[in-house]
Amino acid sequence: MSTFLQSLLIAVRALRVNKMRALLTMLGIIIGIAAVIAMVAIGAGASKMISDQISSIGSNLLLVLPGSTTSGGMRSGSGSTQTLTYDDAKAIKAECPSVEAVAPQVRGAGQVVYGNQNWSTVLYGVTPEVIDVRDWTIVSGRNISQSDVDGATKNCLIGQTVADNLFGAADPVGKVIRIKKIPFTVVGLLGKKGQSPQGQDQDDVVYVPLRTAQRKLLGSQFPNVVGSIMVQARDAEVLDKAEEEVQALLNQRHRIGPSREVDYTIRNLSELLAVREQSSKVMSMLLGAVASISLVVGGIGIMNIMLVSVTERTREIGIRIAIGAKRRDILLQFLTEAVLLTTCGGIIGMLLGVAGARLVATLVGWPTLVSANTIIIAFAFSAGVGVFFGFYPARKAASLNPIEALRYE
Amino acid sequence: MSEVVRLNDVAKVYSMGEERVEAMKGVSFVVTRGEFVAIMGASGSGKSTCMNIIGCLDVPTRGSYLLDGVNVGELSPNELAEVRNKKLGFVFQGFNLLARTTARENVELPLVYAQVPAAARRERAMEALGRVGLAGREGHYSNQLSGGQQQRVAIARALVNRPSLILADEPTGNLDSRTTVEIMTIFQQLNRQGITIIMVTHEPEVAEFTGRHIIFRDGLIVSDTTHAAKSAAPSGEVQIS
Repeated sequence: MSTFLQSLLIAVRALRVNKMRALLTMLGIIIGIAAVIAMVAIGAGASKMISDQISSIGSNLLLVLPGSTTSGGMRSGSGSTQTLTYDDAKAIKAECPSVEAVAPQVRGAGQVVYGNQNWSTVLYGVTPEVIDVRDWTIVSGRNISQSDVDGATKNCLIGQTVADNLFGAADPVGKVIRIKKIPFTVVGLLGKKGQSPQGQDQDDVVYVPLRTAQRKLLGSQFPNVVGSIMVQARDAEVLDKAEEEVQALLNQRHRIGPSREVDYTIRNLSELLAVREQSSKVMSMLLGAVASISLVVGGIGIMNIMLVSVTERTREIGIRIAIGAKRRDILLQFLTEAVLLTTCGGIIGMLLGVAGARLVATLVGWPTLVSANTIIIAFAFSAGVGVFFGFYPARKAASLNPIEALRYE
Repeated sequence: MSEVVRLNDVAKVYSMGEERVEAMKGVSFVVTRGEFVAIMGASGSGKSTCMNIIGCLDVPTRGSYLLDGVNVGELSPNELAEVRNKKLGFVFQGFNLLARTTARENVELPLVYAQVPAAARRERAMEALGRVGLAGREGHYSNQLSGGQQQRVAIARALVNRPSLILADEPTGNLDSRTTVEIMTIFQQLNRQGITIIMVTHEPEVAEFTGRHIIFRDGLIVSDTTHAAKSAAPSGEVQIS
């Protein structure tokens, strides 16, 4: 240990002699580490934003949509028929063991009015489970109940955007609003969710009981039909199993066979978004890789200067060998110097990188995330660069012939 | 009297590409404890090669070299480094102190490689500086000292590990005649205290201060004679400025 301490002292002194040169040599490492940290922070921030959006949709979700129709040989897109019913949703909940909850819904648009304020928004007919399935919170009032659905009551839940536009700061719970001219009582206020991964405002929404919507608001020729069914699996592992169960059940209920085309589609929402998350991770790794090239360039700078330093100090090395320094002592001395350079550069670069990430976060508004892991890895990496690029010059120093070194002018 | 250095038929051949240079062609001599020997000869006579071999910086091509009875040719590089550190002290023509380093730190350097603790290092360095008359100058940097003072620091550095043998390679080559006498006074004083010294020089007037002259020519010893050494300090007791 004392040998190491001694090498450290010698190294500090050697670097102090040439402060400007040491600083310029470090600059490569400083830029490299700062770039790696800032880039990884920005990438990690983007990943986190996407995964937050994923969890804002709700976790472990399957979306069952009505299928396509074929009319005169021309096929329309999915959702163009109305083949899913509230009974399908109930059957999925009752008969599929891997399913935790089911939330059927119908969707429409409409004008809502309160006093002299009005707002055009999206109306959903839902069942109480939607709150759990979509991870909503209710910040004021209560959820709609199953009896609201069964009795087709005129109660509703409203999102934050709707509340802001109709009520401003006032509490909307208990107030009566008109939806498509029909009076509804606001029984609950939904918590804020923000943007969906597709960029839509998820808070611009009004939830009414499913039956109420089917019968009174979004009148349809098939009163029991639902627009989509969200199915939540018990956990991520059984998501695929849940998909199979739902498929089997719907095939049976809709009598899908050789003579009848599949009239529904099942989408795995989490999977779609996982792909986006994956691509953002790849992006951040790519950024990190580009940044680490500058680290390698910085390392080569270190090697260059260390070689110059070894040549300059040939005589000193000769003296040290003559008075009893072992090869190992000389090797350690120069290696310590190189590692000291890179770790100092690493620390400065780390501070700059974190500051840079903060700056980007505040100026451009990109989310950034500096993790402890990144910092530890960056520090280890800078020390590693020192050992790797310092080894060749140090070995060169240690293998000098003392007789020639002492004569070196 | 115990033997410090024994060279048996030592030869050294350098090959420079195609050319083979025979720097030493079979040299044998013995130096016993307490001697002060001058190795003399023209440049290219093999005296520097001989010095490098005695200093364990180089190994013989043929023959054997025993230092304190140990055959140095059989030692590993690390063991050789240890021999240089513990048994030998070097004084060079160009002083060879570390730049931007104080006198005391220069003297401490061999102790650093001998892993002596800091406090003991300091104490022994101060003592060695005192023996060469530089007490009070320990905080001076190399470039703040005169040539004679720098060479005295180098002597203190050679002394500090209490070596069996001090090797001086043209120690007065860069000094004026007055400082030369000063340095030779110190060597004589150390020799009188029982330290064995081998010095390479080409100046006969410097060699006069030693008790034995070994003269090299073309890689061989041509004469090996003992003399009464001339005292550098006329009054007997040495005055060190």
